[in-house]
Amino acid sequence: MIQQLVMYEEELQQINAVCEILHRDSNARAVLLIDKNGQAMAQAGDTHELDVTSLSSLTAGNVAATGGIASLLAEKEFAGQFLEGEKTSYHVSIVGQRVILVVLFDERSSLGLVRLRVRKAANELTHVLDVMVKKSASGSGQPSVFSEITDDDIDNLFND
Amino acid sequence: MSFINYSSREINCKIVYYGPGLCGKTTNLQYIYNKTNPEAKGKMISLATETERTLFFDFLPLSLGEIRGFKTRFHLYTVPGQVFYDASRKLILKGVDGVVYVGDSQMERMEANIESLENLGSNLQEQGYDLAKLPYVVQYNKRDLPNAIPLPELEEALNPTKVPSFEAVAPKGVGVFDTLKAVAKLVLTELRKGG
Repeated sequence: MIQQLVMYEEELQQINAVCEILHRDSNARAVLLIDKNGQAMAQAGDTHELDVTSLSSLTAGNVAATGGIASLLAEKEFAGQFLEGEKTSYHVSIVGQRVILVVLFDERSSLGLVRLRVRKAANELTHVLDVMVKKSASGSGQPSVFSEITDDDIDNLFND
Repeated sequence: MSFINYSSREINCKIVYYGPGLCGKTTNLQYIYNKTNPEAKGKMISLATETERTLFFDFLPLSLGEIRGFKTRFHLYTVPGQVFYDASRKLILKGVDGVVYVGDSQMERMEANIESLENLGSNLQEQGYDLAKLPYVVQYNKRDLPNAIPLPELEEALNPTKVPSFEAVAPKGVGVFDTLKAVAKLVLTELRKGG
């Protein structure tokens, strides 16, 4: 079975800090970190008007499709993508082969600046993710609450 | 691969509706979308062709409530059913936590049902999954049509491992939530085992 990903407070704080710095230093509108299955993991900047859930799912689909194209072309992966809009542009990069870093930016920034800042952030995120994956695998950090879930707990979800 | 966030106390799971073209996968999601409270659902996304055939996937985020202080969020996906979209189907199965196989009850769709079921097994295998070990339920849709095959025949052909199965008429909602609840329960039960 493919390994489950677990996010603990400590790693989330570190990830949030990296995203905040990236948002500030790249003059971006917003920064999103998404896992490859389409779940939003962290966000920074002006995200309250964004549909983060939908963006995450579509981005993951897009990255998966691009990965499919890469393998058809005998490429390992396309590490980045850039979509240029009239007002908002969208820069995507794959970090540590397992998460997707999205930067949304407008005329206050530039592709060059975003690329530069993303590279630094990606290195830092890779390190945090490595720790997170190890923790998820060993189950350390906190005791799992799920072993205590009863059949009644599950049934109660569906009592509507 | 469920994603557990201890910090925001959320469990995120991915459920994929699989089945042959025009069996009613999208209709299942549309019914769930229409009957769910606005606060429990996000936007439904359909990446479809101009003739409303699913091109890449449909997506519906759904919150089922809290379990031991954790919000349970299910992301429902459908795959494109037509045979030639196989590359897309494989992508959507990545990270799946539970599968609903939607079969078409009509006699003339039996071959397509079997082909799709075999395709599900082999695509899962390619991603490192084993259908026998995955939370998995079967739905027989279009039970109201006059040419629907009797249930025992469908069971024999499409459900050899005797997983939970449900009869459905998706546009009217018959069996839709029963199917969803059953797979969601299996996913949570699996999570408990893993925890």
